[in-house]
Amino acid sequence: MKREIPLAITAIFGIFMVAQLFIPHYLVQDISGRLQDWAVVIVAFAYILGVANIIKINSGVICRRGQDWEYKIVMLIALVIMMLSGILLGKDPDDSLPIFDFMYNSMYVPMQSTMFALLAFFIASAAFRAFRARTTEAILLLVTATIVMIGRVSLGEFIWERLPDITEWIMNYPNNAGKRGIKIGASLGAISIGLKVILGIEKSYLGGD
Amino acid sequence: MLEILITWIAAFFTLCIFSFLYKDNPIYKFAEHVFVGVSFGYGFVLQYYNVFLPNVWNRMPWEDGGSLFTLIPLILGLLMLTRIFPDIGWISRWPLAVMIGSYAGLQIIGNAQGDLIEQVRANFLPLWTDTFSETIGNWFLVFGTITTLVFFFFSKEHKGVIGHTARVGIWVLMISFGASFGYTVMARVSLLIGRLQFLLEDCLHLM
Amino acid sequence: MLEFLKYLDRRIIFIFIFLSTAIPLLFDIGLPIGSTKPVRDVYDHIEKLPPGSKVLVSCDYDPGSMPELFPMNIAVFKHLFDRGMKVYTTELWPAAPPLVENAWRETGGAMGKKYGTDFVNLGFKSGGEVVIVRMGTSIPELYPEDYYGTRISKIPMMEGIRDIQSFDFIMNISAGYPGTREWVQQIVSRYNMDLASGCTAVSAPEYYAYHQSGQILGLLGGMKSAAEYEKLTGIPSENPPIKARAMKGMDAQSMAHLVIVIFIIIGNVVYFLERKEQKDKR
Repeated sequence: MKREIPLAITAIFGIFMVAQLFIPHYLVQDISGRLQDWAVVIVAFAYILGVANIIKINSGVICRRGQDWEYKIVMLIALVIMMLSGILLGKDPDDSLPIFDFMYNSMYVPMQSTMFALLAFFIASAAFRAFRARTTEAILLLVTATIVMIGRVSLGEFIWERLPDITEWIMNYPNNAGKRGIKIGASLGAISIGLKVILGIEKSYLGGD
Repeated sequence: MLEILITWIAAFFTLCIFSFLYKDNPIYKFAEHVFVGVSFGYGFVLQYYNVFLPNVWNRMPWEDGGSLFTLIPLILGLLMLTRIFPDIGWISRWPLAVMIGSYAGLQIIGNAQGDLIEQVRANFLPLWTDTFSETIGNWFLVFGTITTLVFFFFSKEHKGVIGHTARVGIWVLMISFGASFGYTVMARVSLLIGRLQFLLEDCLHLM
Repeated sequence: MLEFLKYLDRRIIFIFIFLSTAIPLLFDIGLPIGSTKPVRDVYDHIEKLPPGSKVLVSCDYDPGSMPELFPMNIAVFKHLFDRGMKVYTTELWPAAPPLVENAWRETGGAMGKKYGTDFVNLGFKSGGEVVIVRMGTSIPELYPEDYYGTRISKIPMMEGIRDIQSFDFIMNISAGYPGTREWVQQIVSRYNMDLASGCTAVSAPEYYAYHQSGQILGLLGGMKSAAEYEKLTGIPSENPPIKARAMKGMDAQSMAHLVIVIFIIIGNVVYFLERKEQKDKR
């Protein structure tokens, strides 16, 4: 029950996903399609599990007055307001009380954008500290990065009109050679892992017991 | 009025997050926790309206055009939630197996025909063309890819010819990583520009 | 001086990055914006499509990559509506639907296009490549309703849409996973469909390989490409009023890159001076 059934489910779903490509018979197509519909729903429930976990873990921290427990209260309040306002009052701005839309625009959008914008500062600092022309490999990396950084923006075009073409050439040929090598290697790895999962050889996802 | 309020609250939270640049502080932590709460709440609502209602609830057997089969993903989905309870958490492996099996199958197909075959096929290029840059480029692509693959081939010790070829492979990879770094810098700076455009234009009307 | 540079407080670097980005935003420098081949390829392909073609735009991004991809989204929508296409959108990232709504309002909505006859937003579905593959076999099964909960049988432009092959062209605006890679792997390879990608600069180097292999017809990579596409599609425009968000940021982008390159050079000068000092001591 604990291991055999999940392994069988994995194999059935995996085989149908592969069979859909090779067997055009309507029965295989129909079953595969249905299984995909189920998978879409189950992935959504996985998200709900994530929310449930957030509530469980953080309410535990609050109850035992753990580290940063005050902030956990803020987090749970934000979570509950967002969920309730969205489900009870509607998600669209045209609705009577657009709290959900308001929170999305005034909190979610600016904070997520700014979180990623912070990286601009850190990448500059990291480049200053770590980018050293110590070896041939490092020099190649450094020179390519510099050409691309300047050549791909308007400044490159302003300095020398051929610089964008050189950058494009680097992207189309040397860059592609490396990326293609990685892609071919990674795809071979992904195929073998996929096969091992479907055949029940790789079962670490089941955890212990 | 609502627009102005949204803009200023957004500006407040933007500055809260930017305050991390000085050092970790309570204002940043406050914003960070609000963000986690809001984003999970948002995701929950989206799943409810975009997946649960149209693909599950409105397709229950008693609905027009509904089907008994819809009960299966619903039950499996609910079983996923058993993971919260340690005693019966193992049941969640069943729906998990649905996800793992589906993705494993699709990964095989996608990687085989989308990446492996097509990328190998695309590397059969003429080594002599009308333009000098294309000729050099094609040499780079054909032999650069091969040397990169040799570098990733660990079944044989990197000595002699294989060692030299693998070393060239590292150089190709370094050029490739350099290009990626250049583009990553571009991406991060773009995001900063976006936030500064918001602060300078939408909030302060300086632009 | 060497010691100062060696242990330079990162916050000094932060200030330089901030100033190099903010000042060009306030004072226009007017650096040139040309167009590159991967961008022109996208533009040319849409130009060649006959008016009334059905175009699926899969907007797979979120606010985290908005400065790069939202201007791209706007420019692509404007181009498609200008050319009289029927635009269908789907989203594989949960935070995308409101952004797509904003893009629609700013372009098609302002151009007098009608929801349901010129544009439809099918909304978000969870599952990444599972969703993509299912679109290959049945769209009505996967999307029984649009983003607003309207039955698709009641939406005029959904008539005749059976599966992914009902579309003439797919444009993917992608911030990562799931995105262009999954569309290429699951749709282009299986159904031999025309796909173009608009992606973040982080993903672009990987997708160049797809462009070279012909798996994608064109590539918009990052804010610079968004600016190029804005220019090609006549943005900024007064009717409808659309701001040139990406083009406006290009001077700042150039200056920030220049400052980072200068810092890299300084870092290396410090490194070599330090090495020389150590050699001299020995």
